[in-house]
Amino acid sequence: MKAAAFEYRRADTLAETLLPELNDKPVAGNQSLGPMMNLRLARPRRLIDIATIPELRKIVESPDHVRFGAATTHAEIEDGETPDPTNGWMRAAAGNIAHRAVRNRGTMGGSLAHADPAADWVIVLTGLEATVIVAGPVGERRIPMEDFINGPYTTDLGDSELLVAIEVPRPGSSARWGYKKFMRQVGEFAKASATVLIDPENDRHRCALGALGGPPVILADPLAIIEGSVSAADIVSAALSGRQLQSFSMHVAALESALASALGQQEDCA
Amino acid sequence: MTADRRLTLHVNGITHSCEVEPRMTLADCLREKLDLTGTHLGCEHGVCGACTVIVDGAAVRSCLMFAVQARDSMITTVEGLAASDTLSDLQQAFHDHFALQCGFCTPGFLTTAEAFLSENPSPTRGEVQSAISGNICRCTGYVPIIDAIVDTAKRRLESGK
Repeated sequence: MKAAAFEYRRADTLAETLLPELNDKPVAGNQSLGPMMNLRLARPRRLIDIATIPELRKIVESPDHVRFGAATTHAEIEDGETPDPTNGWMRAAAGNIAHRAVRNRGTMGGSLAHADPAADWVIVLTGLEATVIVAGPVGERRIPMEDFINGPYTTDLGDSELLVAIEVPRPGSSARWGYKKFMRQVGEFAKASATVLIDPENDRHRCALGALGGPPVILADPLAIIEGSVSAADIVSAALSGRQLQSFSMHVAALESALASALGQQEDCA
Repeated sequence: MTADRRLTLHVNGITHSCEVEPRMTLADCLREKLDLTGTHLGCEHGVCGACTVIVDGAAVRSCLMFAVQARDSMITTVEGLAASDTLSDLQQAFHDHFALQCGFCTPGFLTTAEAFLSENPSPTRGEVQSAISGNICRCTGYVPIIDAIVDTAKRRLESGK
């Protein structure tokens, strides 16, 4: 239960991180990579510590979005130390990630790069139509969240690329949101999760399911779900057909609950 | 390099210098290099909370932080909670409420609670419950631990501490 030997270097600038050698691994909070290393599921040759690189700590506000440096911690969002483009939705989600000691160190970028299918930011940032910004030797790439995660613990990041920022669009003033996750106990990874975004001013409507053992699933025809012309059970059953899921009914309930929360019919409880 | 490197750590108000391999966790460094064995290791993958210490005012899993990452940080372990040989008010409350039996998880609960109370000096019982949800105790059933933390918060507010 101790990590295998590795080299360690603290990077001070983004440029130093962009020409990695084989089996170099960027690390910030170490809350996902750390357990993997202690269990020897991950054995990087060298850790490049990116936690304090100024570009990765920077937050830039624009009229239509906020760009979060990838090394922004969950606790910084939870505590309102950063702007929240979603007027509290991100803050509430951040406050429910794992436990405070994990939130104090864990980062948004690290969570996305780790791409645990049951992680909060994976589903929440997909639900919010966020864009991931990735830097590599030839410059930056912008990847919508729904194209960033390819599978369980698998992303679109290239070997020489680093996730540098996450851009979250600002919803309109009448926008609504619901996020529900089921866990066996507080702080555990979700067994099922769902988000509902209703943003009429920007013509953005999205319903998504998470904790599916792979990338989140964005549901077709979100307006029909929001208007109630199709049932959650039918829509989830169509979206997940062919999958062997014990959690099917939990996903239906998560979607119903996220929808009720977005429509103002119940308090957001997780 | 994987070779040992010299590291300066600020722990409980004292500056220490030690040689560590990059792979040495902060928890192991505290225990083995600095002889601060009050910090306990349970699961070693961030689940049980036994190894929690306070780094720059925030509760942190010391099994998920490499010692080299703690350079320049101010660290408080369970040994640093009380000023002298007496117990801190929180430790005394744990004693008074029978909030420990075997004591293995206790350092992690104390550091978690201390960091929590510094962030939220007047918590509800529910907030206390949530704050310790990342720490596992197999003896007490948690209720006495929650009582002790709630009681400490109340006493601190009354005494204006």
